[in-house]
Amino acid sequence: MTTTLNRTAEPAAVKPKPTWKQRLSVFDVKASPYLYIAPFFILFALVGLFPLVYTFVVSLFDWHLLKGQGDFVGLQNFAEVLQDRFFWNSLFNTVSIFLLSAIPQLAVALFLAAMLDQNLRARTFWRMSVLLPYVVTPVAVAMIFTNMFGEQYGLINNVLGNFGLDPVMWKSDTLPSHIAIATMVNWRWTGYNALILLAAMQAVPRDLYESAALDGAGAVRRFFSITLPSIRPTMVFVVITSTIGGLQIFTEPRLFDPATAGGSQRQFQTTVLYLWEMAFQRQNFGKASTIAWLLFLIIVLFGVINYLISRRIATADAAKPSRAARRRAERTTR
Amino acid sequence: MTTIEGAAPAPTDSATSGTPAPGPSTGLRKRFFGSGEKPGFLTYGLLLAFLLSSAYPLWWSAVIGSRSNEALGETWPPLLPGGNFWTNVGEVFDTIPFWLALGNSVLISCIITVSVVGFSTLAGYAFAKLRFKGRNGLMLMVVATMAIPTQLGIIPLFMVMRTLGWTGEIGAVVVPTLVTAFGVFFMRQYLVDVIPDELIESARMDGASMISTFWHVAIPAARPAMAILGLFTFMTAWTDFLWPLLVLDAGNPTLQTALSQLQSARYVDYSVVLAGAVLATLPLLVLFVLAGKQLISGIMQGAVKG
Repeated sequence: MTTTLNRTAEPAAVKPKPTWKQRLSVFDVKASPYLYIAPFFILFALVGLFPLVYTFVVSLFDWHLLKGQGDFVGLQNFAEVLQDRFFWNSLFNTVSIFLLSAIPQLAVALFLAAMLDQNLRARTFWRMSVLLPYVVTPVAVAMIFTNMFGEQYGLINNVLGNFGLDPVMWKSDTLPSHIAIATMVNWRWTGYNALILLAAMQAVPRDLYESAALDGAGAVRRFFSITLPSIRPTMVFVVITSTIGGLQIFTEPRLFDPATAGGSQRQFQTTVLYLWEMAFQRQNFGKASTIAWLLFLIIVLFGVINYLISRRIATADAAKPSRAARRRAERTTR
Repeated sequence: MTTIEGAAPAPTDSATSGTPAPGPSTGLRKRFFGSGEKPGFLTYGLLLAFLLSSAYPLWWSAVIGSRSNEALGETWPPLLPGGNFWTNVGEVFDTIPFWLALGNSVLISCIITVSVVGFSTLAGYAFAKLRFKGRNGLMLMVVATMAIPTQLGIIPLFMVMRTLGWTGEIGAVVVPTLVTAFGVFFMRQYLVDVIPDELIESARMDGASMISTFWHVAIPAARPAMAILGLFTFMTAWTDFLWPLLVLDAGNPTLQTALSQLQSARYVDYSVVLAGAVLATLPLLVLFVLAGKQLISGIMQGAVKG
C-alpha cells in the first residue's frame, strides 16, 4: 500500500515539470491536515490564549469598566489583592465549598458505582435514575434548592421544625450556607461521576474477583483491595475535573441570594463571584483581572498537587498488589 | 468503546436465566444481602433511596409550582400537585420573555453543537489518520489546553465583544465556543481505532481528494461519536450561565439568564419561580427520555478513553 502511494509521488520528483494536476494533488496532501486543524488553533488563540495573556496585561493597569485603560501601576494590583481581606475570604469559601462537595461526592459516587456494578435487573433503568439530576440545569438547581433552604419558609426548616429542632440559618451563617451550596453541586454531579467510576469498574477483569473470592476474600475486602486500586486512574480523573470545575463555582452562590454578591456578610462569596463583583459592580477591571490570574495560578497549583499525589500513590502501592493479583489470576485460569 | 457494552450483558443474562427463583435453601440473609451472583434487596433498596432523593427536589418543585406561595408555609410539605400550574406559568410569561429566551437558547445551542462537532471531527480526523510534520507536538498542545481554565479570560473577552459591538447579540455567546479542545481530543481517540488505514489509502488510490476522502470515509465512521459529542456539547451550551449573563442583556436573554431574573425580582413569588424552573427543565427531560442511553454510554466511554 505505502509503496504504491510512493510510486505516484516519485515521478513528480523525477520529472522536472509535474503537471498542474499532480502539483495540486501534492499540495492537497501536504496542506490539508493543517487546514483541518487550523480552525481549532486559530479560535483557541483568539478566545483562549489571547484573553488569558491579555488578562495579565490588564492586571498591570488601573482599568475601569467604562473609562477604559488608566495608568500603568505595575504589580500594585497584585499587592493590593493579596492584602485584600475579601479576596482571602472568597478563597476560603471556595475551598470550603469545594471540599464539602468533592469528598462526599466521591465517596457516594464510589458506593453507587459499586451498587451498579452488579448483575442488576433493569440495568439501564437504574443507570438512568442516577443520571436524572444531571439534566436539570445549574440555574434551575440553584432556584429549587435556594427555596428548599429558605430560612423562614424553606422545606428543610419546616421539616426540622416538625421535629422540634431550631431552624438553621442556611443563608446568614457561614458553614450552613456552604453546606447548602455544596448540596446543590452534589445533587447534580454525584450520579454523573458514579457512571464514570462504574465504567472503570467494569473494565476490571472479572477473574480477579473470582480468584480473590476463592481465596476467601469477602465483598468489602474485594472492593478495597481489587476495585479501588484498579480504578485509581479514573478516580484521579474525577478529582481533577471536579477541582477545575469546583474552584470556578459561580452560578450556585450567585443565585443563592440574588440581592447580594455572595451573602450580606460575603459568607458564601466564592472567588469567581468576587471577580464578577469587582469587574461589573465595582467596575475595576484591573483588580478583577488580577483576581482572575491569581485564581488561574491556584487552579494550576491544585492540578499539579493532584498529579503529584496521584503519581506518588500509584508508584507506592497501587502497582504492586494489582500486578501480583493479576499474575495470580493468570495462574488460576491456566 | 464497544468492549464495555459488550462485556457487561453476558453475565447478566446467564445469571438471571440460570437461577430462575431462589430455592428453599437460600436463606433470608442471602435474599437481603444478595449472593455472589445476584444482588439482594439491600442493593435495590439503596438504589431506590438514591432515586427518590434524586427525583424528590424535582417533584417538590412541580408540587409547589402548581400551588401558590402559601404552600411553602405548610409545616409538612404537600405531596401532590395543585391546580395552579398554568396560572403560575402565565405569571412566568409575564415576568420574563420566555419564548424569546427559549428561541435564543435553542439557536445558540444548535449553532455551537453543529460547529463543535464539525470542526472537532475535521481536526480529530487529521490528528488520528493523516501524517504531517508536528502532529504529535500539536496534539500535545490540544491536550494541554484542556486543562487550562480559559474561562478566566472573560474580562478581555468581554472587552473584545464590546469593542466589536457584539454585546447583547447572540454572536457574542456563540463565537467563543465554536470548537473545543475536548471535542478534538474525543474525536481523535475515537477515530484512531475505528477507521482502517487501508480504507483511506484505497480511497486516495481511486483519485479522491483529501476532503472527499474525509467526507466519504471518515464521516460515516465517525457518526456514533459525533452524536455523543453533539449531545454533550448541546447540554453544555444549554446550561451555560456566566458568559451569557455578562454579554447579553435582560431584553435578549438565554433561557438560563432569563430564569435567574425570576429569582431576582423584588417581590418573589416562589411558586412562580419553581413553575419556571420546572418549565425550563422540561426540554432537557424530554431529551433525557429520548437519548438517556446515549448520554450514559457517552459518559462511560469518555471515562475509559479519557
